[in-house]
Order: sequence, then C-alpha cells, then structure tokens
Amino acid sequence: MVPYFTELAYGNPTITHRPGWMAYETIQRVSEEVSRYIGAHTPEELNFTPGETEANNLAILGAALANRGRGRAIVISEVEPLSIMFASKLLKRHGFEVRRVPVDGEGFVDLDALSKLVDEQTVLVSLSAVNHEIGTIQPLKEAVEAVRDRNPETLFHTDMSDAYGRIPIDVSELDVDLATFSSYKILGPRGVGVLYVREGVEVERLLEGQIGTQRLWPGVENVPLIVGFLKASELMFREFESNVEHMRRLRDRLMDGILNEIPDTLLNGPRERRAPDNVNVSFLGCEGEALTIELSLRGVYVSSGSACTRRILQPSHVLTAIGRKPEEAHGSILMKVSRTHTTGDIEYVLEVLPEAVERLRRLSPVAGSGGE
Amino acid sequence: MSRVPLPYSPKVLELFRNPKNAGPMEDATVRAEAGSPVCGDVIVIYLKVNEDGVIEKASFESYGCAANIAAASILTEMVKGKSLRRAWMVSWKDVAKALGGLPSVKFHCGVLAVGALRRAVRTYYEQRGIKPEWLPEEPTLEERHALEAEELAKALARRLGVEEG
Repeated sequence: MVPYFTELAYGNPTITHRPGWMAYETIQRVSEEVSRYIGAHTPEELNFTPGETEANNLAILGAALANRGRGRAIVISEVEPLSIMFASKLLKRHGFEVRRVPVDGEGFVDLDALSKLVDEQTVLVSLSAVNHEIGTIQPLKEAVEAVRDRNPETLFHTDMSDAYGRIPIDVSELDVDLATFSSYKILGPRGVGVLYVREGVEVERLLEGQIGTQRLWPGVENVPLIVGFLKASELMFREFESNVEHMRRLRDRLMDGILNEIPDTLLNGPRERRAPDNVNVSFLGCEGEALTIELSLRGVYVSSGSACTRRILQPSHVLTAIGRKPEEAHGSILMKVSRTHTTGDIEYVLEVLPEAVERLRRLSPVAGSGGE
Repeated sequence: MSRVPLPYSPKVLELFRNPKNAGPMEDATVRAEAGSPVCGDVIVIYLKVNEDGVIEKASFESYGCAANIAAASILTEMVKGKSLRRAWMVSWKDVAKALGGLPSVKFHCGVLAVGALRRAVRTYYEQRGIKPEWLPEEPTLEERHALEAEELAKALARRLGVEEG
C-alpha cells in the first residue's frame, strides 16, 4: 500500500499523465479482483466510497430517492447498524415511511413479518447479511425471495461488511441489488468501502463534484486505501476455508471457555448460523464499560453494548431488539477473533477474564441471578 | 451514538484498579443507595457514624463504569472523619476535582455518588427523628438526580416492556 502514496499511482486518475494513468489502471485492477470475490458480473458494478457508513447511506438514501416514483416506503430490520438506522430516519424527513421487521431472540429476522411489510409502496428493503454485534447469519436467500414474491420491483440492499471474508458470498447468486463492503472490518485500512450496485439499478448521488472513476461517489479517488482494501481481501480469500476454520476454532474455544467457566453468563446471538469470528456474551452483575477497561489494562481490547460506553447512555439497540433486559445489555462484551489471532491469545483471555469479572462482581451490589 | 473516548485521569484509573473502602459494612449505622441496575449505574454507601455525628468509617459498593467506582471510592475517603454536616457539603464538583477531572459524559457518576451519600445522611436523621437546621427540607439536586436516574430507568423499563427491577 505504501508505494501507492509516493511512487505508484499517486496521480489523479482522471488526468492523462502517467501517474494518473497508473492510478486509473490500479483502480480498474482492484475493481476487477474485488468483483470476483463478491460475485459481481462486472467491475463497473462496484463503487468505492470512504467506508461502510458512506456506502450504507448511499444505498438507503440514494436508492430510495432515485426510485421514489414507485413508492414511499422502505423496510429495515430492528438490528441494522446505526448507519442504516439513521439514514432511514433521514428518509422519513423526505416523506418516506420506514417499516421495521422484528427479530427473534437470536437475532434472526421474522420472514413472515418481512413478507407482510412489503407491498406496492415498498421501494427498498435493507437487511444485513451478518449482524455486526451478535453475528447472526440471516437467511438472506429466503428473505430476498420473500420480498420478490410480494413485489418484484422492490430493491434489496444488504450490508455485507460483517459477512465479507467470513462466509461465502455471491451477490449475483443471492440476487441482491445493492451490497455494502468494508475494508476496516477485514483488517484493511479505514477510509474505504464498496457499494455494489447491480447493473441497471438507479441510485442518486448524495454528493456532487467531479466524477472520476466512481459514478456514484465524486472526488479524487484514494488509490492507496483502495489498494489496501484489495490486499486485505487477498489475505482473507487466499486461504479462505482455512482462515474461516481457524477463526471458528478460536471462537468456539473462547465462547465455550467463557460460558462453561464463568457463572452467570448469557450468549447473545445464536450458536449455530453464527459468524465464525463473533463472540458476544453478557456477564450478569458486571457493568460492561468497567469490564472493557479492566481487560484493556491487561492488554485485551474488546467493546461493550453497555449504555456507559455510549454518548446517549442507552444500551445497544441490537441487544434490546433480541429481548435482553437493560441490565443484561449493560454487562455485554463483544469480541471478534481474526485470522491473525492465535490459540495462545485465546488462552490468555480465558486466563484473565474470570479474574476481571470476579473482581467487578465483588464490588457490585447487584449480583447475577445465581451469584450469591 | 458514538463511543465515548475515555480520557480518564490517572486517579480514576488508579481508584478503579485499587478502590479504597470497597465492600459492604457489617456494622454500618446507615446504608443508602442511588441509581438503578436498569441504567447500569448503582452506588451503595455505608456509613458508621459515632455519637458526635462524625463519620468513623465509610464504604461503598458499585455496579457501574470505571468513573462510578472511582467516584464512590474517593467520596468515601473524602468524608471519613468528617461530621455529617461537613460531609453533606461535599459537592459532585469536589468529587470530580479530587479525581483529577471527569469526562463530561461521566459527571453524573459524581452526582450519583454524592446523591447516595446525602441520602444516607438524610436517612440517618430521619431514623432518629432529628431535624437539623442545616438540612434542607427539599431534596437537593444530587438527591433528585439519584431519584431521576431511578425514574428514568422505570420509564425505560416500561417502554421496553420489561419488568422493573
């Protein structure tokens, strides 16, 4: 990636000089290779954006606004990432109705409810392939079919940022119209993502400016980050099956170790049909932010769905949607394993975590259900 | 709803790691609580008060974030050896200052700790049927905040359709 900042492809790809031409060719090459990873028909179906948030906003706002002549309703699930939730709120201000599909206790979307929410007014449905907090792998194929059965013209968007590199993906086979991918979530550089838009699907630009190689996102392309995204993808897909198997093995060891060895714990999300990298557990009687700091002091960096870790001081909407009580959500910890983690890393976490939980529980007047 | 960057002071982290006066007190004269597990924020204060109305011992329990633990811990240090009247005068700003500052989203942790302490002081006098002149009739901001935290939690619980707890 680094040579692309200085020697290679630092030019503006719209300009006809050598560095510009190299930049143009580099972007074309990355588009072709990434389109193969995701199963796109042509590289022109990919649009590089500055990240997942931007790609999701472009999908929700851009697709709904471009197709508003066909209807004024969209459907999302209760457990979408905030970029989807908030972009949908913005659409409300443009006169759209936002319908939300409930999920069950493991985060799986209710297909019957989805079907009922789609009608002639529905221009767009958005459902993440893998939940970003609890790792639920949605029945996407069935969801797409349920939507098409009700209204074949309804567009289907899916955020695949947590699926890319973790489960097999083929946007053409899934028959989705729009899909989001993120570099950051596969250990690539931040600041680059992709929105796949199936050929022929109308999407309005959200920003205006000089159009270079990206039809839906104006401005001069950031070639080094785009190359970094490809590199991260190559590392993930070069040995896709063994990477996934590695993550799954570490995840199972971590998940089972926690659930078997620490009392008063709840697994958030399903055991089966769960992303191979996701562990999300609630430690009852233990506040999540305190636990993230306790673990951080021991060199383990994790996040929490506790209200205390958020500016608006409300617990994670995903945990609330699967029926977790606020006090259960406050004790939640999200851990992601990656292909670069080792068995030793996991054993270290399992060594320090029980002590950390135990210390905070000793300080707490609120015991877990069987804690006293 | 972005993540809070946690610019915690070294003092907060130190008290979080090694809190002083942690744990329930067997021989406490009075115990009071503020906050709610639904909010993810509970502080319990225990005081042992002698015949002269001086706090001989203070301890706490906390279910909450690092700031919550540190605020409760430092407050128990600050009021030890003080008369109830002087302990009453400790404000949440004093707590924040003693901690070397708190991130603004964590001010409520200081308020909650002071709220719990003032509830303990008020309870102490109520149980004895005494009404000192200096004790305000109306609950102070800190005590109200503790109450509001609980009401907020109840409202949240109602909205989410979960049991109040």
